[in-house]
Amino acid sequence: MPETKSEHTVRSFDKELTHLSQTLLRMGGLAEMQLAQAIDAMSRRNTDLAAQVVQNDVQIDALEQEISELAVQLLALRQPVASDLREVIAALKISSDLERIGDYAANVAKRSMALNQVPPTEPSHTVPRMAQLVLANIKRVLDAYVERDPHKAVDVWESDAEVDEMYTSLFRETLTYMMEDPRNITPCTHLLFIAKNVERMGDHATNVAEVVHFLVTGSQIQGGRPKGDTTSYAVVSPPEEA
Amino acid sequence: MSDTQTGTQPAGGPAHGAQPLANELPVKVRSRDVNVYYGDAHAIKHVDLDIHQHEVTALIGPSGCGKSTYLRCINRMNDVIDGCRVEGTIEMDGEDIYDPKLDVVQLRARVGMVFQKPNPFPKSVFDNIAYGPRIHGIGNTKSEMDEIVETSLRRAGLWEEVKDRLSEPGTGLSGGQQQRLCIARAIAVNPEVILMDEPCSALDPIATAKIEELIDELRQNFTIVIVTHSMQQAARVSQRTAFFHLGILVETGETEAIFTNPQDQRTQDYITGRFG
Repeated sequence: MPETKSEHTVRSFDKELTHLSQTLLRMGGLAEMQLAQAIDAMSRRNTDLAAQVVQNDVQIDALEQEISELAVQLLALRQPVASDLREVIAALKISSDLERIGDYAANVAKRSMALNQVPPTEPSHTVPRMAQLVLANIKRVLDAYVERDPHKAVDVWESDAEVDEMYTSLFRETLTYMMEDPRNITPCTHLLFIAKNVERMGDHATNVAEVVHFLVTGSQIQGGRPKGDTTSYAVVSPPEEA
Repeated sequence: MSDTQTGTQPAGGPAHGAQPLANELPVKVRSRDVNVYYGDAHAIKHVDLDIHQHEVTALIGPSGCGKSTYLRCINRMNDVIDGCRVEGTIEMDGEDIYDPKLDVVQLRARVGMVFQKPNPFPKSVFDNIAYGPRIHGIGNTKSEMDEIVETSLRRAGLWEEVKDRLSEPGTGLSGGQQQRLCIARAIAVNPEVILMDEPCSALDPIATAKIEELIDELRQNFTIVIVTHSMQQAARVSQRTAFFHLGILVETGETEAIFTNPQDQRTQDYITGRFG
């Protein structure tokens, strides 16, 4: 597998590619921070922090825009091939996944502001644990991108099943709480959406893992991804009346 | 590079180097252990290459890598260079083209060539096309020859532009038209293989696009081998690409694979502009 370290004859080409990759990493760092703060805002019921997360989303959007402009410029002016082409394509694809992750983080923050207006419920402790897992996956997949490590990418790709399983069990748990007491319905519905958002972020992290694998090896990850999200088929019946 | 053996190849040992395509076309020109020397200089070293029928094969590589030398082996143009020695086997349809009993003139009728600079004969457009058929005794009557000239010019996409100027000198056409005239001249004798040595390097982008479009059409009837310095051109026109470096055939494969995921570091470095 060619792993080119040498420089282009035209050095400004190298500069542009490095700039692209650095912009992407800045975006990744920001997305990571947004999720961390959204979880923090939720667990500590901090409305100010949540509002800040919602505001900061525009920064991620601006970076995505910048990356797409850089990529278009590189494609038009340099006509990259082979590993250079994969570099540009990877940046485009990863940036749109990161942008979605940023959107979901902002959603989580918005819903946690709503949650703060009602008393805390039990499942609100499970969601942050799940979110921490997703956050760790996002961190690791960005490391895989920096280190050009396809094994680490495959690792992240496989570990998303755990997130799915947590989501499935959380789904059942929330439904049970809602059946117990209708006053739980408002907070539990928000929590369910938050959990769904976090689960989707995990999926985007696996997308990034696939792109990193392609970037480094030139081939797709082989085989089907293990999945643990069975909520589409889940039915929870109310307890029998005594 | 892996050894492959497919049912479509004639008997005579496995093919080296080429990755089989999904519906692989038969091999037209098969080279095995080809070495070329200019005096003491070893210009091409142990080249094994399969050129498939009705495909465009692009030969790329830095200057002096041996791609043009290899191209000229296919119609024995190197025979006329003093001190040039070709070793190894090159077969067309399983027939050794370096067989001493083989008629070189006949071979060159089967393997046509187009050069870097358009080189029409200092004759009329009509005679440029008719020259080859006349030598080979094709088109004996006036109407037959008229038809050959028209068909050849049409296939080269030049007919509409020159049909009223057939008696004017070929050298009076524009550069792009001259090059298409040379292609028409090459196909007038109905060759099986057309060799092109940087056919667009002296042309502007529009004339280049016309030639590239033409190459793609000609592929239906001919087998084409093109040497080009433009990587973009190789990517645009060819189905298969062979990368030469320092006289060695480094890598060969489907063009798409070579330009997205080359297997050899040297190919990678060359096509991405890191050396050469």
